[in-house]
Amino acid sequence: MAKIIVEVMLKDEILDPQGQAVSAAMVRLGFNFVTGVRQGKRFEISTASTPTSDQVKEIEKAAETLLANTVIENFTVRVEG
Amino acid sequence: MKIGVVTFPGSLDDRDAARAIERAGGQAVSLWHNSDDLKEVSAVVLPGGFSYGDYLRCGAIASFAPIMQSIVIAANHGFPVLGICNGFQILCESHLLPGALTRNHELHFLCRDQKLRIENNNSVWTSGFKSNQEILIPLKNGEGSYQCDDAVLATLEGENRVIARYIGEDPNGSRNLIAGISNERGNVVGLMPHPEHAIESLTGPSDDGLTFFTSILHSLVGR
Repeated sequence: MAKIIVEVMLKDEILDPQGQAVSAAMVRLGFNFVTGVRQGKRFEISTASTPTSDQVKEIEKAAETLLANTVIENFTVRVEG
Repeated sequence: MKIGVVTFPGSLDDRDAARAIERAGGQAVSLWHNSDDLKEVSAVVLPGGFSYGDYLRCGAIASFAPIMQSIVIAANHGFPVLGICNGFQILCESHLLPGALTRNHELHFLCRDQKLRIENNNSVWTSGFKSNQEILIPLKNGEGSYQCDDAVLATLEGENRVIARYIGEDPNGSRNLIAGISNERGNVVGLMPHPEHAIESLTGPSDDGLTFFTSILHSLVGR
């Protein structure tokens, strides 16, 4: 079994109020060196065997159309294991 | 005149939208997400709610429903569509409208009566409003912050496509206090606040919302 990992993050210029709330909580808990947090999503997509490069390209298409909204988000795709 | 209201799994305001259409003098027709049949309606309302539990992103999964495939094709040929709240999010995810709706800047779910200014009364959904008319209708959402890049914002403002703007304190961090926008042609309108909850003073803060529904009926009859 192998996994394709898709990570989705808000673009830098898009306000991330969740990340800001997490960042504020970390500072409150004493992690004073933290200067900021951005929160994103990670998708672990399982395949029966190591995916072919065509299959990875298919997942890139899925990331672009479904998993990420490219108006506000960026994504990365990589194979793991 | 028949106006469709789509029910997705998790839609909440489809009944109120249907009631608003009927009260305005139209015939509301229930449309089902899992069918591509528009049942010969002359316009469609995408109602508020939490389609597919807001999983992934608000409106993202609904935008791939069979009924949306028909609506996207029709809308690109001038078919009138009004998306309210979750409906607005679905229109953005379907790329019928530019931009995206993100988490309210203060992170709170908001539910309150909200003043708006109708800034474009040329669309088929707002033609019954006076120019710059101020209205009061409910706003209730967690992800209502309208975001887009500078180029899209300049286009929306330059082409007078901001349909409605929040008045007073910024409720959710929307760029330029945008509460609603239209597509280039003006047939597709997305609105974050809820006109269907303000159609009579008994149950709403005003009856200002009814004008969205009388506007579309007048526009359709006038064709």
